[in-house]
Amino acid sequence: MSVADDIPDGAEEAAALAARSRRDALYGFLARVVPPIVILIVVLAAWEIAVRVAKVPVYIVPGPIVILQTLVRDWSTLYPSLLVTLSITLGALALATVLGVAIAVLFAQSKWIELSLFPYAVILQVTPIVAIAPLIIIWVRDTTTALLICAWIVAFFPIVSNTTLGLNSTDHNLLHLLQLYGASRRQVFWILRLPSALPYFLGGLRISGGLALIGSVVAEFVAGSGGIQSGLAYRILEAGYQLQIPRMFAALFMITGTGIVIFIVLTAVSHFALHRWHESAVRREG
Amino acid sequence: MASLREGAPGTVTAGALRAERQALVTLRGVDKVYSNGVVALKGLGLTVREGEFLSLLGPSGCGKSTVLRLIAGLGEVSRGAIDWGDQRGAAPRRDIGFVFQDATLMPWASVFGNIYLPLRVRGMSRFEARSRVERAMDLVGLAGFGKAFPRELSGGMRMRVSIARALVAEPRILLMDEPFAALDEITRFRLNDDLLRLWASEGWTVVFVTHSVFESVYLSDRILVMSARPGRVFAEVSIEVPSRRDASFRNTSSYSEQCRVVSAHLAEAMQR
Repeated sequence: MSVADDIPDGAEEAAALAARSRRDALYGFLARVVPPIVILIVVLAAWEIAVRVAKVPVYIVPGPIVILQTLVRDWSTLYPSLLVTLSITLGALALATVLGVAIAVLFAQSKWIELSLFPYAVILQVTPIVAIAPLIIIWVRDTTTALLICAWIVAFFPIVSNTTLGLNSTDHNLLHLLQLYGASRRQVFWILRLPSALPYFLGGLRISGGLALIGSVVAEFVAGSGGIQSGLAYRILEAGYQLQIPRMFAALFMITGTGIVIFIVLTAVSHFALHRWHESAVRREG
Repeated sequence: MASLREGAPGTVTAGALRAERQALVTLRGVDKVYSNGVVALKGLGLTVREGEFLSLLGPSGCGKSTVLRLIAGLGEVSRGAIDWGDQRGAAPRRDIGFVFQDATLMPWASVFGNIYLPLRVRGMSRFEARSRVERAMDLVGLAGFGKAFPRELSGGMRMRVSIARALVAEPRILLMDEPFAALDEITRFRLNDDLLRLWASEGWTVVFVTHSVFESVYLSDRILVMSARPGRVFAEVSIEVPSRRDASFRNTSSYSEQCRVVSAHLAEAMQR
């Protein structure tokens, strides 16, 4: 069969496409990174100038330079605390991912299971973590485990609900096609439903990443001096008691920075997984 | 049963030849009532013969797609029966290829991965399937595009992938549900020609649903004109091709005359 006119030479076309998409990716990256950094520098400079001109005392609002100095000076205590908070956050996120996907897969097996159990996932989600964290800390003897559970409760819902939605959003005609070819339930699940749930799952994961951090910080606050006394939230409490405001800010910056890094990493994972095919990760041509 | 009429232009020789062909699948007195009470088909009867190119032509809502889905086994008839050649009852599902109106590709899989799908379901490894997938890609003019993703392709190219996926499983019967309706005319003409060429060389049986008179006359051995509410076969027209069925056929007076006849049937069917 002759090749029709609408078909360009495959290999050349593909190479040209790849080169163009690499260039576009670089522009896209710069466009995304440069403006926020400019804003950051402007805001920090304005902050520093405002604090100096108004002569605000350090124990009310420290300037960014003082905070940075504190961060460097107290690094030896802050860094181990960062590791504690980070390990609880990542542990909770991993748990939320594994259990969240497992529960979503269970929900996808039958509408009845989903209808019976989904409300309880919602209940777990809408119960304020601040209100139940003290109970969990009392019930669970090991504080680290208690913190992990608190962070997990906050983090797992977006993964469950998004993945469930994704597993149920498979193209109906593709389902018909597999039915036509006599595919088993297992094959339908692995070939069709799981891949089509991937963008939804990754969206949930990005939300959960931030929530896991918030959950672990909140739980640590609630645990307070009864806690493991080493996470970043505890450093904030401690610095507050001692009126070491620059240190509070330094710890706060570390938490925020951690959250941003988690978001960037998960966004990169999502982009890597989806950039060839999903609309959310593909650059739109003008 | 709706009235069956023979098309006006002389169909004697070719028609007689076709009558000798074996029936591949026969629908007898088929009703289809959906759960919401809509009567999609009423007393529909038709026979698909081995090796023929049969078109179902009709206004939207006449149940053309429903007929295809029933033949494919994607739904149960409410009354009546579907008989497959000698073996009665259940459709031999694995022997059916289906092409939907949109290409219905898996966006996360490459062109190769999409065409490989039917063989994957049968438990064939990528390695074992490679030569068959590549042959299918060659047949539809997709050679060299195995690694591309569906979203990187034009609408016409995606439809080619969809057709390759249907034919890689070497079906006995190819069901096509308005496959080219969403494409521009130039692309549609080209795919029509390619489809005819494949049909001639591969010896398929094709059931093709369309709402285009011109397309159905160009492609088909036989056209069943359907009328709506409830859907049934209103008229049958055999298409006579003077010499060869290719692009030149479009310019013949015989083509335009047959288009006129089919249009008249369609207009009548829509008034009922």
